Amino acid sequence: MLDIKNLSASIEGKKILENFNLNIKPGEVHAIMGPNGSGKSTLANVLSGRKGYTVEGKVYYEGNDLLEIPIEERAQKGIFLAFQYPIEIPGVNTNIFLKTSLNAIRKFRGLKELDALDFLRLVKEKSKKLKIQEKILSRQLNVGFSGGEKKKNEILQMTILEPKLAILDETDSGLDIDALRIVSEGVNSLRDKKRSFLIITHYQRLLDYIKPDFVHVLVNGKIVKTGSSDLALELEKDGYEGVSIAK
Amino acid sequence: MKQQELEKSKEYKYGFTTDIESVRAPKGLSIEVIKFISNIKKEPKWMLDWRLKAFSRLKNLKEPDWQKPKYPKINYQDLYYYSAPKSATDKPKSLDEVDPKLIETYKKLGIPLQEQKRLSGIAVDAVFDSVSVATTFKEELTKKGIIFCPISEAIRNHPELVKKYLGSVIPITDHYFATLNSAVFTDGSFVYIPEGVRCPMELSTYFRINASETGQFERTLIIADKGSYVSYLEGCTAPMRDENQLHAANVELVALDDAEIKYSTVQNWYPGDKDGKGGIYNFVTKRGLCKGKNSKISWTQVETGSAITWKYPSCILKGDNSVGEFYSVAITNNHQKADTGTKMIHLGKNTKSKIISKGISAGFADNTYRGLVRVSSKASNARNYTQCDSLLMGNKCGAHTIPYIENKNSSANIEHEATTSKISDEQLFYCNQRGLNQEEAVSLIVNGFCKEVLQQLPMEFAVEAQKLVGISLEGSVG
Repeated sequence: MLDIKNLSASIEGKKILENFNLNIKPGEVHAIMGPNGSGKSTLANVLSGRKGYTVEGKVYYEGNDLLEIPIEERAQKGIFLAFQYPIEIPGVNTNIFLKTSLNAIRKFRGLKELDALDFLRLVKEKSKKLKIQEKILSRQLNVGFSGGEKKKNEILQMTILEPKLAILDETDSGLDIDALRIVSEGVNSLRDKKRSFLIITHYQRLLDYIKPDFVHVLVNGKIVKTGSSDLALELEKDGYEGVSIAK
Repeated sequence: MKQQELEKSKEYKYGFTTDIESVRAPKGLSIEVIKFISNIKKEPKWMLDWRLKAFSRLKNLKEPDWQKPKYPKINYQDLYYYSAPKSATDKPKSLDEVDPKLIETYKKLGIPLQEQKRLSGIAVDAVFDSVSVATTFKEELTKKGIIFCPISEAIRNHPELVKKYLGSVIPITDHYFATLNSAVFTDGSFVYIPEGVRCPMELSTYFRINASETGQFERTLIIADKGSYVSYLEGCTAPMRDENQLHAANVELVALDDAEIKYSTVQNWYPGDKDGKGGIYNFVTKRGLCKGKNSKISWTQVETGSAITWKYPSCILKGDNSVGEFYSVAITNNHQKADTGTKMIHLGKNTKSKIISKGISAGFADNTYRGLVRVSSKASNARNYTQCDSLLMGNKCGAHTIPYIENKNSSANIEHEATTSKISDEQLFYCNQRGLNQEEAVSLIVNGFCKEVLQQLPMEFAVEAQKLVGISLEGSVG
């Protein structure tokens, strides 16, 4: 699914990722944990194609050179990024945004575009599961949403767009316990043999709900340790310093 | 088609001309030319006298020059003031008699006249160059006593209405371009809705500029009698030209007691090429008079075309409790310039006005909102709400908001809000990450920005306008 080889990324001359390697197979859930400034968000940004980074190395997505693919095409080909800070777009109705996005992706996949009625039916079903009040979906995209509403909205988009590879960038930050559980359920309901996840987080608590197959510890742009989900518990106990020194 | 031509036609979808032979007045502006126009229109003497009065007045007027977009001096003696498709001198009686070339042109524009009747439910008074060539739906309107015809016809057949109202909102002495129009106007639409009648369909006119170097001087007069309602749509496209073309139309609306007029425009004239060469000068005078009590006039405009747009659809709120509205989207890209807005003149008691203006500027374009809210000493309890939003794309364009407020009554309530924003890279990235390409993203964001205005348009126009908004800004982000 995703094969990252010797990836280095820098911004304004500052190196953030260095010789980063990671291989994600279909159906796997990988968690990346690390302290502030370790390069977690940069990884998400580079994979989704955000501009401004100088990138070296190779990233293969389904066998193709990902770094050569335009941003929207990456999305159409199944890469979804749940933003750490979802962007506000004044004037644009959340439902219309979501419908436009879904239809762009469906069109790319050779599927029939959904009309307004079918779309609303789909949204209704999905938003109910995530306990999202329907009325917020007729508001302007992310404008005036609480932190939790924004994050839930990201997960709603994910469940509707049904990506092949979902990257969750600190989706848990700013969520209360209830929201965390609901969001995790949303993620778990999408888990299957084909769909892969890359979950970026500071804290172990998200991983109580979403059991990853692998946990990687990222420090200074490099993976310093990889383990099973137990590694997250160790981190919680010893902190990042403990783990990286133990190495 | 050659590659270059292909490219050009892509740039301006409606940029084509037809080679219909034109009947032209001699070049230049003179008493003879005005007589020529009046004669070819078979006008009564009072109309010719009216024109000549305007013409003599014109000699004492100067072109205004306070607007932001400047333009090269126009040589008024170098223009043709009348040009008509030849077949129109022998006016067709039905659609079958209309020059097939004209029909073809409309088809290219997406206005299949033949099918319009059956499909869209819109009565179309199609203006090709200066002469109306076909009017549909006449029968149904006639049954209700509604008059919807070319103004040249109204001058001959309904002189009492024309005499009473023509120039009653925009006097012939008003200003240079309005006066010029009064002297040389060629054709346009006339609408009269009788007392208590609700017009059963949207009335629509498609204007089109064709023969080269022909200034277009349309004249439209709409009268809504007591307790009546009408919604009027105006949409424009023009063929590609290298010479700048002047368009100075006059539109007058009169609403009597309890009457309502809704006037919607989608303006998509040739804006000039990427480097600012060519394009239409759109210097239009549009004014509505809420003459009666409880009357209402609502202007909605989507301005995407023309090299220079210079217009202020206005409302004179004379009747007590009358309401004026102005909803505007003005999009300027490349080297386009727009100086547009409205005037709300509160004269009656309890009059209300609302102004929603959305300006979008991209490329090297310059976009100015200029508006006046005037409350006279007698207009007690007048209210106005104004909202002006500007959206900038890139860093070489400009947006300006110039509101004038003149209040002579202490009971007035006047609000003004203004914002300026930019489409951010973050917003575009977010849209891209959801599978939308750059142009789809811009179109979505901009349509969201002007939603309040677009939703004022009648349904079939709104869809067209949304597409137009996207098309107008194509290529404006790297």
